[in-house]
Amino acid sequence: MEREPAGTEEPGPPGRRRRREGRTRTVRSNLLPPPGAEDPAAGAAKGERRRRRGCAQHLADNRLKTTKYTLLSFLPKNLFEQFHRPANVYFVFIALLNFVPAVNAFQPGLALAPVLFILAITAFRDLWEDYSRHRSDHKINHLGCLVFSREEKKYVNRFWKEIHVGDFVRLRCNEIFPADILLLSSSDPDGLCHIETANLDGETNLKRRQVVRGFSELVSEFNPLTFTSVIECEKPNNDLSRFRGCIIHDNGKKAGLYKENLLLRGCTLRNTDAVVGIVIYAGHETKALLNNSGPRYKRSKLERQMNGDVLWCVLLLVCMSLFSAVGHGLWIWRYQEKKSLFYVPTSDGSSLSPVTAAVYSFLTMIIVLQVLIPISLYVSIEIVKACQVYFINQDVQLYDEETDSQLQCRALNITEDLGQIQYIFSDKTGTLTENKMVFRRCTVSGVEYSHDANAQRLARYQEADSEEEEVVPRGGSVSQRSSIGSHQSVRVVHRTQSTKSHRRTGSRAEAKRASMLSKHTAFSSPMEKDITPDPKLLEKVSECDKSLAVARHQEHPLAHLSPELSDVFDFFIALTICNTVVVTCPDQPRTKVRVRFELKSPVKTIEDFLRRFTPSCLTSGCSSIGSLAAHKSNHKSGSGFLSTPSSDGMLLRLERLDQPTSAITSNGYSSQADDWASELAQEQEPERELRYEAESPDEAALVYAARAYNCVLVERLHDQVSVELPHLGRLTFELLHTLGFDSIRKRMSVVIRHPLTDEINVYTKGADSVVMDLLQPCSSVDARGRHQKKIRSKTQNYLNLYGAEGLRTLCIAKRVLSKEEYACWLQSHLEAESSLENSEELLFQSAIRLETNLHLLGATGIEDRLQDGVPETISKLRQAGLQIWVLTGDKQETAVNIAYACKLLDHDEEVITLNATSQEACAALLDQCLRYVQSRGLQRAPEKTKGKVSMRFSSLCPPSMSTASGRSPSLVIDGRSLAYALEKNLEDKFLFLAKQCRSVLCCRSTPLQKSMVVKLVRSKLKAMTLAIGDGANDVSMIQVADVGVGISGQEGMQAVMASDFAVPKFRYLERLLILHGHWCYSRLANMVLYFFYKNTQRMSVQRQSSLLGLYLPSRPRPIAVEQVGLLTHTVTSAKSFDVLELQIPSLYVG
Amino acid sequence: MAMNYNAKDEVDGGPPCAPGGTAKTRRPDNTAFKQQRLPAWQPILTAGTVLPIFFIIGLIFIPIGIGIFVTSNNIREIEIDYTGTEPSSPCNKCLSPDVTPCICTINFTLEKSFEGNVFMYYGLSNFYQNHRRYVKSRDDSQLNGDSSALLNPSKECEPYRRNEDKPIAPCGAIANSMFNDTLELFLIGNDSYPVPITLKKKGIAWWTDKNVKFRNPPGGDNLEERFKGTTKPVNWLNPVYVLDSDPDNNGFINEDFIVWMRTAALPTFRKLYRLIERKSDLHPTLPAGRYSLNITYNYPVHYFDGRKRMILSTISWMGGKNPFLGIAYIAVGSISFLLGVVLLVINHKYRNSSNTADITI
Repeated sequence: MEREPAGTEEPGPPGRRRRREGRTRTVRSNLLPPPGAEDPAAGAAKGERRRRRGCAQHLADNRLKTTKYTLLSFLPKNLFEQFHRPANVYFVFIALLNFVPAVNAFQPGLALAPVLFILAITAFRDLWEDYSRHRSDHKINHLGCLVFSREEKKYVNRFWKEIHVGDFVRLRCNEIFPADILLLSSSDPDGLCHIETANLDGETNLKRRQVVRGFSELVSEFNPLTFTSVIECEKPNNDLSRFRGCIIHDNGKKAGLYKENLLLRGCTLRNTDAVVGIVIYAGHETKALLNNSGPRYKRSKLERQMNGDVLWCVLLLVCMSLFSAVGHGLWIWRYQEKKSLFYVPTSDGSSLSPVTAAVYSFLTMIIVLQVLIPISLYVSIEIVKACQVYFINQDVQLYDEETDSQLQCRALNITEDLGQIQYIFSDKTGTLTENKMVFRRCTVSGVEYSHDANAQRLARYQEADSEEEEVVPRGGSVSQRSSIGSHQSVRVVHRTQSTKSHRRTGSRAEAKRASMLSKHTAFSSPMEKDITPDPKLLEKVSECDKSLAVARHQEHPLAHLSPELSDVFDFFIALTICNTVVVTCPDQPRTKVRVRFELKSPVKTIEDFLRRFTPSCLTSGCSSIGSLAAHKSNHKSGSGFLSTPSSDGMLLRLERLDQPTSAITSNGYSSQADDWASELAQEQEPERELRYEAESPDEAALVYAARAYNCVLVERLHDQVSVELPHLGRLTFELLHTLGFDSIRKRMSVVIRHPLTDEINVYTKGADSVVMDLLQPCSSVDARGRHQKKIRSKTQNYLNLYGAEGLRTLCIAKRVLSKEEYACWLQSHLEAESSLENSEELLFQSAIRLETNLHLLGATGIEDRLQDGVPETISKLRQAGLQIWVLTGDKQETAVNIAYACKLLDHDEEVITLNATSQEACAALLDQCLRYVQSRGLQRAPEKTKGKVSMRFSSLCPPSMSTASGRSPSLVIDGRSLAYALEKNLEDKFLFLAKQCRSVLCCRSTPLQKSMVVKLVRSKLKAMTLAIGDGANDVSMIQVADVGVGISGQEGMQAVMASDFAVPKFRYLERLLILHGHWCYSRLANMVLYFFYKNTQRMSVQRQSSLLGLYLPSRPRPIAVEQVGLLTHTVTSAKSFDVLELQIPSLYVG
Repeated sequence: MAMNYNAKDEVDGGPPCAPGGTAKTRRPDNTAFKQQRLPAWQPILTAGTVLPIFFIIGLIFIPIGIGIFVTSNNIREIEIDYTGTEPSSPCNKCLSPDVTPCICTINFTLEKSFEGNVFMYYGLSNFYQNHRRYVKSRDDSQLNGDSSALLNPSKECEPYRRNEDKPIAPCGAIANSMFNDTLELFLIGNDSYPVPITLKKKGIAWWTDKNVKFRNPPGGDNLEERFKGTTKPVNWLNPVYVLDSDPDNNGFINEDFIVWMRTAALPTFRKLYRLIERKSDLHPTLPAGRYSLNITYNYPVHYFDGRKRMILSTISWMGGKNPFLGIAYIAVGSISFLLGVVLLVINHKYRNSSNTADITI
């Protein structure tokens, strides 16, 4: 066990800790004798002890109980709940009114029957639901799990429900965690384990979890009996991505606990033989269950409108009853004294006063006219909606074969809102585009590599996707189309829905099949994997490789390279390692047999740092202290030893890369589809496939790109990354820190120790706007600085070019740290890490301190391909009168390009671009645009003011203005201007302008801005809004909109979890809105209207007779009002009307 | 459109392409029910379907209406108000309660003879027989001859349940307010000697009422014995067992009583009083001429502004006189026909200028 830094706080006695229970939770081992229990060994006392322990810790056990009722409490509780519904209260009120003798109801008992029936039905349904919940609870509660038993001194099988906080649990591979467990021991020699969180967030990639520091070093197997530490952690909360706490050992030492140490209930253990952990949160306190909030309940517009109508009905009922009551009072008053033969006095012979009679009459009228209030309508609507949801779910044309998923309705009661949408807010990445990141081109050290062959290869996929007859001659036309823009123009747009399936043949079908096969790993379609390298760059890389292989054993191997080659080398190293990609091999288990290194990392303590970075250690091959250190340095200095793996006894890897390294001269991963492109590849035997599992697709794209250049990421452990190069062999980089990506920094960094130079390098990868600002200021005095400056400006030019082509750009940069700098930074970083309170903020600061003075290596351009059918869908939705706004976080050029590609913007229409740098400028610009748009709207012709204004807001296509005079312009606004425009004083103007525009494109917008825009439109324009997105950044927008649609795509499941409807692809939106939305709305609206009609009809007969009579309800007569089978509305639709409706989108009255 | 579906089925209907043998997909079943393709008929209203319907309705309804109207007009009906509120009326003297019994005679003339069976009604106006409490104020089991209910009538009858500690038979407000005028009809011939016209008392009630719903209490032959222990309704002059001399038309099964007990829905109503049967095919039942109506005036309606009428009417296959039905038929038929014409003109005029053909596939 390591020694802790001396400065840590002394933990107080447990008693004091418990007083702070309000903020934190204290967990101790259940195996320790509880204070006061003198006889722990007695088996009989076990139950009692447990009870006492439960008492002492006040913690929930792991029993899952989602049922609402018990056998005894069912009736009162259920009735109580049912009477929370106004409808039921109304029902009972009416029924009880029947029993008031004065209202002279005919059969009071009969009136009770329907009420009881409805109550009974609901109660039965609740009972059944509760019972099925109970059954599933029972099943889950009785799952088995290995729990350490104090009595038997070994792990015994227990039910899940018997697990308590503080128990030690042992899980084997592919088992599901029964509770939130702190990882204490893993069979993995590095103290790692992999989990799959698909049950929680749907992400299928493996995540890595790590044994609590201090336990990973144990050589022998972890023994729960010796665990005496106390764990302090947060109170149970529902934040899946956060866990904070610390573990206090016996000797008073303290170590921090992080999210990486926690195994959440519901996740599955993968690729690790066994783990042992202590239960921290159990049962309903687990994060998974705290996150499990029931289905969303949104009220649809129709329903809100209907509620209003029902209120009107109530008002009408009261008015009519009142009218009758007054009339009756007058009648009584008139006839009472007249000895009318038909006047019946009360039973005691006296006569009612007119007022009393009027009151009684009022009550009676309420009973008689109760049908006016369509209580049954609510029940019917529920049924119809359930059917509609079922039919939408079952629509085979909303089924996506590639992902094997169909549309899911997650909100059950807003189906008809789909037919009322006026504004669609769409995300770009992953929604309009596929979010399949394909490496397109890169620039290294100021030189651009256009990757023509790769572009050609991608064109193949697209052509296979579109028209078959358009066969490109193999190999011949390599550089016909070099830019993406031309590809998109080639793409044939006019495909009809019905014929599409035919044409998905050839390589596309193959790709599809492959993607279906490898569905469980994310981001690995052949299109993304097989990148054809640029020959020029490939040559440079292999040159680097060769010269480094020669110079490896010299003092400064990198110094032999020219600056450019060194940049190229660093560039690819950065591409390969600056990520969090996990390497898996589909054929083999990820478990590895390997002698453990003493080396533990990431560097966690100063002592650790000092020990590992003492000068004596740094000079490779020098005499070292102890054999372990010798191992380490041996490993470090001889990083090429894998080229002769069999001779090295240190690493007994399950070899999967044992073919001659020289054979890998080119891309060995080419599929049959693009063999035409790989003249370089002399068809070697196919290498066993490595699979990369990344958290975001562009990471994977970059790693695959690097692999195409023979810079292969072969292994990633938490402390080291291995890269394989053809000549250099395997280089193992010691991974000191990983500063993960976040949306504020917009970059990620890794800190590594370079095996060749032993320097500490920081590789940073991030958005160009951010990284370019963090570069080392270069003086223009010396030649090197000037050169750097030139490279930088060149790179910036290329970045702009990439942006214009619609590529996603990333900058790669590097920083070399001196030992002193590193030590200095490390200290503050460690402080930040160990701080319990605001460590996130501190870590953020620490990351910013590290990522400065960067040296620019290059930039990459990744293409985000447009999804199938997006332009067609957009134009159809447009025809249906829907306004489409695109809100994206991407930069303006990329966004505008994608917008053109998907026909959101048209080349012959005007584009108003709003880029303001200050509040005032924004206001002025808005005013100007407004004036312009208004004058334009008035004159309806290209007017003279246009020229003047377009200077200011850069109309993108002035020449074609005359043709587009009838159209409204489009608006492009960037994030900063959007922030100004969304201010209180400008939002009206902005909205007014946006209303005039055909489409609106907001770039560089944050998730918050997205939701603000949606909220603004929703509240100010009183419009029905639909938000569609796929990523976590769209969640807020999806939640704000009236209808939220999630794309069940690649970026995790957060958007889907927040959404009301989840579609597999953007194009399904067309059918969902224009067909199903319209159907649902018109059917439901018709039904509601019919219900009102029917009820008023029934009522009006009553009314009529009472008017002809004496303002008194006459005896209800059987009135035949035909009841229409409600389901006929939904089930029997006109045959083939979907086609009609899709053909004429204007039927969708937006 | 059907083509489209077939094409789709062909493409998608095959086994899901899953080379690895993973046939289990989440693809929804392609069945007519789930894909909402069940055969259904949804009328699409076009000129071609709507116009003929309008014309057909017009052409059918107008003749029917005319037929009914003519039939209704052929029915003879005469109404004579004998309330006597007008000072000139012969019955005016009977308004004061002192004159008992008050008999008044009203003369009237039939312009045309009444043929076939003639029905004699009495009509009341402003009489709310549909009052909620009034309607309920009866005991059906008592009227059905239940002996326990006879002596212990239902509470619904209050306050006309007991009188002087004796149960009222028949109890309740309806029975209490029974119409008790006596109407007699005389034909005044040329010799000015009035000839009484035979009025048939029986056969005016529903068969089920007479034979099922209303029964006298069980007991011996003597009806008075059977009603022993009960008292007459407050307003009645005589007990229920002296309503008529005919034992088959006395007590609860007196048909005048039964007719009265079937309450009217509207405040103005008529109830069948007597039948005048056709004597022979050759002579009209009531030939044209002068008649006199003899009224034994017992029933006070002027307190509550009511009216009393005597109605004589013949019937046809469609019941009594009812001009409304015929008029309604004619009106509906004419409107429909008119609409048809208007729509035809509109369609003819604007058919080519719109593209409705696209929408109405």
